[in-house]
This record gives sequence, structure tokens and C-alpha cells, in this order.
Amino acid sequence: MSFWNDPLKVAADWLLGIFTGWGLPEIAAQILIGFLGVLLLISVLMLLDIFLVWVERKVVSRFQDRIGPNRVGPFGLIQPFADIIKLLIKEDTTPGGADKVVYNIAPMLSMMSVLILWAVVPLAPRILGVDLNVGALYIIAAGAIGTLSIIMAGWSSNNKFALIGAFRQVAVMVSFEIPMLTTLLIPTIFAGSMGLSAITEGQNVWYVFLAPLGALIFLIAAIAELGRAPFDMGEAESELVSGYNIEYSGMKFGMFYAGELLHAFTFGGFWSIMFFGGYRFLGLEQVSPFLAIAVIVFKAFIGYWIIMWVKYTLLRIRIDHMLAFNWKFLTPLAFTLLMVIALMNALLAGTSTWFYVSGMFLSNVLLAWIAIEIARSYSRKEREKMEGVKRVVEAHH
Amino acid sequence: MSQWIYIGLFFIVGLIIPVGAITVAWILGPKKSNPIKKTTYECGIETVGESWVQFKAQYYIFALVFLIFDVETVFLFPWAVKLGQLGLFAVVEGIIFILILIAGLVYTWRKGMLEWA
Repeated sequence: MSFWNDPLKVAADWLLGIFTGWGLPEIAAQILIGFLGVLLLISVLMLLDIFLVWVERKVVSRFQDRIGPNRVGPFGLIQPFADIIKLLIKEDTTPGGADKVVYNIAPMLSMMSVLILWAVVPLAPRILGVDLNVGALYIIAAGAIGTLSIIMAGWSSNNKFALIGAFRQVAVMVSFEIPMLTTLLIPTIFAGSMGLSAITEGQNVWYVFLAPLGALIFLIAAIAELGRAPFDMGEAESELVSGYNIEYSGMKFGMFYAGELLHAFTFGGFWSIMFFGGYRFLGLEQVSPFLAIAVIVFKAFIGYWIIMWVKYTLLRIRIDHMLAFNWKFLTPLAFTLLMVIALMNALLAGTSTWFYVSGMFLSNVLLAWIAIEIARSYSRKEREKMEGVKRVVEAHH
Repeated sequence: MSQWIYIGLFFIVGLIIPVGAITVAWILGPKKSNPIKKTTYECGIETVGESWVQFKAQYYIFALVFLIFDVETVFLFPWAVKLGQLGLFAVVEGIIFILILIAGLVYTWRKGMLEWA
């Protein structure tokens, strides 16, 4: 067992030898090693987060036909460090009427809710924080802490913009959690487990080929969970200025901002784990865990890029349209998809892989087509109703 | 059991990082507060009335609808895990359960609870 093949175990054994050599009891040494491992993972994540700030600024400027940061360091790579120094030496103001305790806890919870998600992310065959057998539920539960931090920030700021922003954001987040939960059930059905590493290991065929519609619904629900455009009604710079984090300054705002970026990247990673094979790609994960980590980071970046692409392309949707879209279209569609997949999974069990995959794929496409046709005929009817009214008004003139 | 110790470690480290960052910023930053800085920010206009207002009951109704569906969807997870071994009978039972869920959604819809009145 060399370092190249199983770095985590080799490092853990080496550290265990050192710590027990110091006279620590074995259980304490194990917990200390776990603590150091978690600290390493989270430190790497925070470094990645700093890099994500640069990526986000570079990409948005390209979308808006600008160059973006290019003065500080090569390609402006040092820019986010300058941003951090600026955030650190800013005065930290608290509005007079704020609920101080809740106001201060909210940004910490916001960041924490993202960092703890990484506890269940399988980075390579044996490299992950915890192989929870309820991983899919853990994601939802940890995400709920993020929702809580938003309502805490919005309520405690004693600001109407913040309060309205938090109301909207939380309404969207809880609403889109239903289609997200439902689509999380689909990989669970295929893999027969809620654990993320079992789901990754089960993907000899990427689940996106078995449930393309599920992958799409998961992406839409994830974007809404993140509160990013086109579902960023809670931030809505043009009317609420910044929404729930309007009164925050300095590093407390920085925590919300960094948390949002890392959250988007994390959901890019979850999307790739659930539907695109996670760390698996052409057997590279068998060669070395380092390659497996490179594969999953690359896939997460692709997911993150798609989320950014959507954000900078689409316009903001009104809050009532957003909720109506979820409850009247996405939720019934997700439930129907779940029923279809459960049924097809039972009917096609025992057939050849090709038959199984094509049957699943075609049933998904058929369902998507039916749903779009229903939505189209409904909107045509609505439009005719509206235009009919307009014609009557014109006749009166 | 040891799994949950690691989850606990993630919670602890996940809190230490933001608390540390905010504390460092608090130490380094200037502290020159004055009453103008402490006023509520509304784009330069002075706030009128209370900020903690009651606002649109519709948000509450959406939260209620969410609660029902969230709890019921969680019941589907054990079913989904064992679906491969249970066969067609369990599939049909699950579909009936989901249909009951959809009936709830249709009821809410018909009652006009999903309208932004």
C-alpha cells in the first residue's frame, strides 16, 4: 500500500504511530487525526473559495464583454487576496436596532452550512469525510441550516429590504426543495442506497443517461436553492439593493459572499456525483486517487460553469411566477417522473443493459415532451384569453 | 457511531473558520461608530415606521404546503432504497402513495392556495 494508491490511510497510519509514540491513548489520537484531516479538507476548500471569487469575476466580465481583474498579479490572480485584505480592515457596522446575537450568528451559520456539506462528498474511492448511509438526506438537512441563516440575517437586520429579501429567498428555497428531494430519490432507486459513494460506485452507466429529465430538474432546483439568477428575487439588486445581507459589512458580508460561491461549486459537485458519475471517468479512478480527485473537481467546475452560464444569461423571474413554476409545473413533473422511473425500473429489471438504458432514456424524453406540450397548450389558452380581452378593449376605443 | 464523531468534527471546524475570520476582521478593523452609521440603510431615505412588519400571509401558506410535502417525501427514501429488492408490488404501493401526495397538491391548487393573490 503506497502513498500513490491510498494516501489517506498511509498518512493516517503514519500520524497514528507518531501520536501514540507521544503517549496519547489510541482513541484520542484517532480523533486528533480526524480533526487534522477535516481541517486540511476545509482549508483547501477555503483556498478554492478564494480562487472561485477570481473565476466568478473573470467569467462574469467575459459574459459582459469586459476583461475583468487583470492588474494584480498574472491574469489578476492575486485580486481576491487584495479583496480579502480589504474586507479584513473594513469597519464592521451593526445597525442600531439590530438583534445583535442573531445578527452575528447568521453569517457564521451561512458559511458552516456549506462547509459541512463536504463531509459526505466522495472525492476518490476511499477518500471522503464520512461514508454516511443517509448521505442524500444529510445534504438536504445541512442545506436547511443555510435557509435558517438567511431568515436569521433578514430578520435580525431590522431593515425592510433585508426582511422582504429573506422572505422571498426562504419561500423559494423551501419550495424548490420538493423537486430536489424527489429527484434525489432517482439516483437512490438506481443505486439502492442513499450513500453518495454507493451512488458513485453504482454508475457504470451515468445516471444522466437513465434519467436526463431528473438531472435537468435537479439542476433547476439547485439553482433556485442557491438563490442565483434567474431565481435571485431575494437579492434583486435593482429593487432590494442586496436583499437579506444588505446591512452586513466587512468580513461578515464576505462570509455570505464566499458561502454563496462555494455553495454553487458544491452543488456543481453534487450534480456530477448524482448524475455524471462523480469521480469515475474511463477507469481513471482505479489508477490513482489523485486522478479521481482531479476528475471530480473538473466535473464540479463544469457544473459550476453551467450554473454561472445560466446566471449571466437569463433574466430575473418574478416571485409569484417563480413559485407558480415550481408548484404547478416542476413539482408535479418531478413526482410523475419518480413514478415513471420506479415503474420502468421494475418492468425492465433483468433485461440487457442496452435495452434498460434506452427504455429509461426514451421514457424520460417522452415525459418531458408531454409536459412541455401541456405547458404550451395551457399558455396558448392563457394568451388567447389575454389577447381576446385586448381586442375587446380596442373595439371600445 | 464513529461516523457521527467525524460529522461533529466537520461542524466544529466549519464553525471555527468563519468565527476566526470574523474575529480577525473585528480585531483589525477600525471602530469609529456614530449614530448616522447605525441608521437603517434604505438608499439614503430615512426609515418610516417599524421594520419588523407583518408581511403577506402568502409566504406562510407556501411554508405550510412545503412542510406537508417535505415530511411526506422523506417517507419515500426507505422505499427507494429497497425498491430493487421489493419488486412490482412495492412499486405499485409507492405509486399509490405518490398519487395521494399529488391529490394533496391538486387540493391545494383548487383551493387557490398557490395563487399570489
